Amino acid sequence: MADLVVRDLVVGYGPVRALRGVSMRVPSGSIVAVLGANGAGKSTLLRAISGTLRFHRGACRGAVTLGDRRLTGLDAASVVARGVVQVPEGRRVFARMTVEENLRAGGLGRPRRDYAKAHDQVVELFPVLRDRARQRAGLLSGGEQQMLAIGRALMAGPTTLLLDEPTLGLAPLMAARIAETIKEINSLGTSVLLVEQNVAMALSLASHAYVLEVGEVALEGAAADLRAGDEVRRRYLGVADAVEGTLETRTLSRWS
Amino acid sequence: MTTFVELLVNGISIGAVYALIALGFVIIFKATEVVNFAHASLLLAGGYLVARLWPLVGFWAALLIGVAAAALVAAAIEFLVIRRADVASHSVLAIVTIGVDIVITTELTRQIGTDVLAMGDPWGSEVVRFGGVTLAETRIVALVTAAALITAFLLAFKYTGWGVAMRAAAEDAETAALMGVRLGRVSMSAWAVAGGLAAVAALFLCVFPTPGLDRSTSLVALKAFPAAILGGLDSTTGALVGGLVIGVTESMMSGYQNDMVFLGRGIGDVAPFLVMLVILLIRPAGLFGTKELARV
Repeated sequence: MADLVVRDLVVGYGPVRALRGVSMRVPSGSIVAVLGANGAGKSTLLRAISGTLRFHRGACRGAVTLGDRRLTGLDAASVVARGVVQVPEGRRVFARMTVEENLRAGGLGRPRRDYAKAHDQVVELFPVLRDRARQRAGLLSGGEQQMLAIGRALMAGPTTLLLDEPTLGLAPLMAARIAETIKEINSLGTSVLLVEQNVAMALSLASHAYVLEVGEVALEGAAADLRAGDEVRRRYLGVADAVEGTLETRTLSRWS
Repeated sequence: MTTFVELLVNGISIGAVYALIALGFVIIFKATEVVNFAHASLLLAGGYLVARLWPLVGFWAALLIGVAAAALVAAAIEFLVIRRADVASHSVLAIVTIGVDIVITTELTRQIGTDVLAMGDPWGSEVVRFGGVTLAETRIVALVTAAALITAFLLAFKYTGWGVAMRAAAEDAETAALMGVRLGRVSMSAWAVAGGLAAVAALFLCVFPTPGLDRSTSLVALKAFPAAILGGLDSTTGALVGGLVIGVTESMMSGYQNDMVFLGRGIGDVAPFLVMLVILLIRPAGLFGTKELARV
């Protein structure tokens, strides 16, 4: 087990800078949350860690390391082989393949004897995946697809799991269920880097959190402190009663 | 009636061979989203090696070498050209494959010259009679071999780890990479398999009743393009059905062309393309192709 460390990460898509010098640390065995509005660079951060920037014509400088091994410069499959696995935003299950085949795709990189064990663990965590094994993944509900996406990632046997907005678009009850599962996965020893817009949920799970704002870390600290203070609310949620008036004028001026 | 049965079986047999070619075409398209116009040259390369080598090492060894070499050439195209090309669009790569095709075909045409090369196959011009129906042995072997290869491929595609990786990569390459699928390996193996299948097809396109391999063999292979396209470029089932449709159409149109003189001579060669046009007018994505879906 090793810490995932991001140091001075700069990412650009052509002339557009998406991250400007981001540093953070996911200590081994912890849950760390990354918060931020749309376009703050959260997904870009995960792409840089997972080595999928090239799919989006992006390039990065800086370093991502796991323990003493460098992840920057590796292709996506090699990052997975090092134990860092991402559950992408929007679930992205293989809709035309069955649930079982999706899980199989997740475990392709592993030796066959590890496969059966991983499979047992995943269906124990999500029994619904066993019940629907032969159904096409595209026919599952949103929540079930999210479980499948997480289960598929777990098949690779990650030591660090990267989750990109796992509760996006889910009913509150299902979101709570996913949150429970994340806690459970973490309790089994997997570190989690959780990217979320659902601040309350993320801060209740994480021990430490970073707030990204236009490609920079605007705020960081222990989750408990952030939850107690109103800095996150003020900066990022924009729902404090006091600002309601200013919000209104801003809206008006923009549309007039 | 016996003529009809003969034409039908011959049509299915040649259709199965077209299906082998079309299948390779579809695998490459699924794995790398490249329309491979160099496919005919791969076929010619495999067939040429078999024809040149069988007097030296015997037919079966020559066939093995031809298939392996075509697979290798295909893998090399993937590794040296397709993988390295940093282009924004896959249509550009399709045009690149036209260039590769011209290079390989030109060189092979120069080697073949005006010769017609025998394939050295053990079936020769033997025929088999069932009742009143006379069939060439080569056509039966072609049918059985193609059916066996296609079945093996489809089983592998459905059940092996390679097949799962291939389908995952075809559906969503980025997510497949995030799951640890090595995309480079997937696409290279797709090219290699397609090359091997093309070499087997080359053999059966050049044996009896065809006189042998000559420089126009790659043109015959072009008939597999309408097979792949009318079935739907991204569907393996489509490649099979498309191959059979083209094979049977061609066989029937050639066989009965005396009854259809008003269509002119040589309608059998044109028929595959006519069928393709008609089907595409009715179903633009092909018979089994995935319709382009756009969310508004």
